[in-house]
Amino acid sequence: MRFMVIVKASGESEAGVMPDEAMLAAMGKYNEELANAGVMLAGEGLHPTSRGVRVRFDGKQRTVIDGPFAETKELIAGFWLWQVRSRDEAIEWLKRAPFDGGTEIELRQVFEAEDFGAEFTPELREQERRIADKITAAGKR
Amino acid sequence: MPPSAGAGADDEVRATVCAVWRIESARLIGALTRRVRDLGVAEQLAQDALVAALEHWPREGVPDNPAAWLMATARNLALDHLRRQQVRAAQESALSHALDLRHAIAAQAQAQAVDDALDDTVGDDLLRLIFTACHPVLSAQARVALALRVLGGLGTDEIARSFLVPEATIAQRIVRAKRSLAEARVPFEVPPAGELPQRLGAVLEVIYLVFNEGYAATSGGDWMRPALCEEAMRLGRVLARLMPYEPEVHGLVALMELQASRNAARVGPGGEPVLLLAQVRSRWDRLLIGRGLAALANAEKLAAGRGQALGPYALQAAIAACHARAADASATDWPRIVALYDALVEVTGSPVVELNRAVAVSMAFGASTALPLVEALADEPALRHYHLLPAVRADLLARLGRLDEAAAEFERAAALTRNERERQVLAARAHQCRPPGADRGPAALH
Repeated sequence: MRFMVIVKASGESEAGVMPDEAMLAAMGKYNEELANAGVMLAGEGLHPTSRGVRVRFDGKQRTVIDGPFAETKELIAGFWLWQVRSRDEAIEWLKRAPFDGGTEIELRQVFEAEDFGAEFTPELREQERRIADKITAAGKR
Repeated sequence: MPPSAGAGADDEVRATVCAVWRIESARLIGALTRRVRDLGVAEQLAQDALVAALEHWPREGVPDNPAAWLMATARNLALDHLRRQQVRAAQESALSHALDLRHAIAAQAQAQAVDDALDDTVGDDLLRLIFTACHPVLSAQARVALALRVLGGLGTDEIARSFLVPEATIAQRIVRAKRSLAEARVPFEVPPAGELPQRLGAVLEVIYLVFNEGYAATSGGDWMRPALCEEAMRLGRVLARLMPYEPEVHGLVALMELQASRNAARVGPGGEPVLLLAQVRSRWDRLLIGRGLAALANAEKLAAGRGQALGPYALQAAIAACHARAADASATDWPRIVALYDALVEVTGSPVVELNRAVAVSMAFGASTALPLVEALADEPALRHYHLLPAVRADLLARLGRLDEAAAEFERAAALTRNERERQVLAARAHQCRPPGADRGPAALH
């Protein structure tokens, strides 16, 4: 199963302040451990919201809103995508991360095919039938 | 269990212990095997450390660094074990009390020095453990069970469930495997360069067997058991970090990630298998495809750097990559796939690969070109009970309009497969061939 680990923005990350050398080293070591354990699938850090935009949807209208955005604690500064065997394993890995100072990191399980269950099936069955027909037609050459 | 906290808190601690165990057990067993020189003993000592955690943590709270706690406890257990062994050896050889004592003290000092000097920071113990658990003195079956146990941290019950065999069978297999390793005095080491290709082959085989058991469950009602695929991919990635310069390790990782990228598309709404060319490609996992293609590029670069041709795993990954890169089935580069199969036949000499090559030939150059290739395989002893041989022949016959013969072949294939879901699909295709004009495309490619 996969988890997304969501790192929230802080005053510093929003101000574009880079982490200090000690933090970078600790984070590098942590990332290395994740990779060595075969847990890390992906991970990225994001530019501050001063370089971001939002698009607002109202009926047919689309409004582009430039950053920065105010509600710092609700903003995302980066993420990891992990493959683990249980939620507890994801928690245990997260506990080892070198954060401090009241930082809160969020763990969210990623939906996988089997999570959709029966609701996904009618449309999918139809789609698969169309494709099968196309191949049958192609095969008869 | 101490009654201190409520049941809920106990469960929480137990969950933490299990999670830490999953993460740390292979490293623990590796470090312990280096100390006691016996994988079976080491595994038992690691289990003892786990039991100690289950006793102490609910009472005293989970330590700040649970991994270090487990390692320290395991080390002490190993030291006790070594001391007992030394004392016993001294007694058995009827040495004087003074010598006995000196032995024990020396042993302790030596063990301590070893502890201090050899903290496993580069993963050498883990790599030694991988090579030991996957040693070719063991049967492939035994290697798979032992690897899942000591490298995956899985319990015998979990392994048994994954392979749909009784727990006692798996427990037996593991006990015997540990005994065989001890009897054969298999050294705890990364094999020397001369043995490396063959020994690495045995390791890669184990990982791919685990993957395949998950990917195309050989028996039972489920077409796939994704947890086994994920465990195999995890082991592959771990190995790729430990042996970053081995092209075939990256080739295997690439192959597994590219194949697993199709998992969500391989099962139809009713749980039945959906074959490669009929899959909805928007459901393929782009993340795994990206990772797989990157791993393949790595394998190709490393092989070229050594002046070597691609090995069997990288070649299979290259074939899988042809499918991953095609936006839809009709965009598949079949001539390239045939060329890659040519190379793979050369490397492996496997009739199963020749059968797959014939399928690729049918797609690149038509069913009538491929049919003689399949018929030439009819007498292969290795394919006598292989359901995909009649399945492929049936499919080619159907495409050539020879429906009666096709139906009979599909029925033979259905009778040969041990997978219930697959049997149903093959039986359905046989049925479709009975009334004319019900062709549905190639069968052998998943």
